[in-house]
Amino acid sequence: MANDAFKLMITVRKAPHGSIYVQEAIEVMFIMASFDMDLSIVFLDDGVYALKQGQNTKELGIKGFSASLAALADWDVKNVYVDGDSLTQRNITPEQLVSVGEDEETGQPLHPRVLTTDELRVLMHQQDSILSS
Amino acid sequence: MLHTVNKSPFDTHDLHNCARFVDAGDVLLLLEDGVYAAQAGTVQSHLVADMISRCAVYALQADLAARGISDLIPGVALADYDKFVDLVEQHKVQAWL
Repeated sequence: MANDAFKLMITVRKAPHGSIYVQEAIEVMFIMASFDMDLSIVFLDDGVYALKQGQNTKELGIKGFSASLAALADWDVKNVYVDGDSLTQRNITPEQLVSVGEDEETGQPLHPRVLTTDELRVLMHQQDSILSS
Repeated sequence: MLHTVNKSPFDTHDLHNCARFVDAGDVLLLLEDGVYAAQAGTVQSHLVADMISRCAVYALQADLAARGISDLIPGVALADYDKFVDLVEQHKVQAWL
């Protein structure tokens, strides 16, 4: 990818299942991934709940989106970040998060990268555009 | 009185506001995103922990399962949909939407 590729960040800040926001954000991720741009996904605030392992939506009669998240890497969405402070506040450890695909070369599961507030702030300022959900 | 809260305590003040008005003998039912308040060890866990000494606290099982929450604050009881119906039949309902 060219260094001057458009830098787009998608932020996910809402909890899953209670509203349509996270589902919509994932749709947008897949659409944007089909363009040649430098895409970053950031889960923060209640959005970190979307990444929690062991979500079973069967009784709610909805499909859930764990399969979509697990396929992000297949769609070349590789810059997936999560806010460490949001995890700490919610008593969630990085080990409790789902993988977002497999590394093409090693076949190892790819996990969202935990960033500090300072790192996220820098990343946000580097973007050409930020889409919120 | 049955109080229901369906929003995350990290996102709105609904549970916080509800807590002011809960009376002895009342029941709190956490559902939808409200069940995040039932998880132990978070910076919002004190809300439910404080209420348990004053009233019965239930969390809807299907919503806990959907969100992968299993580490509950001690004293929070599980409610299935049948229990949900029973609670609504037995009490006047105040929904903190």
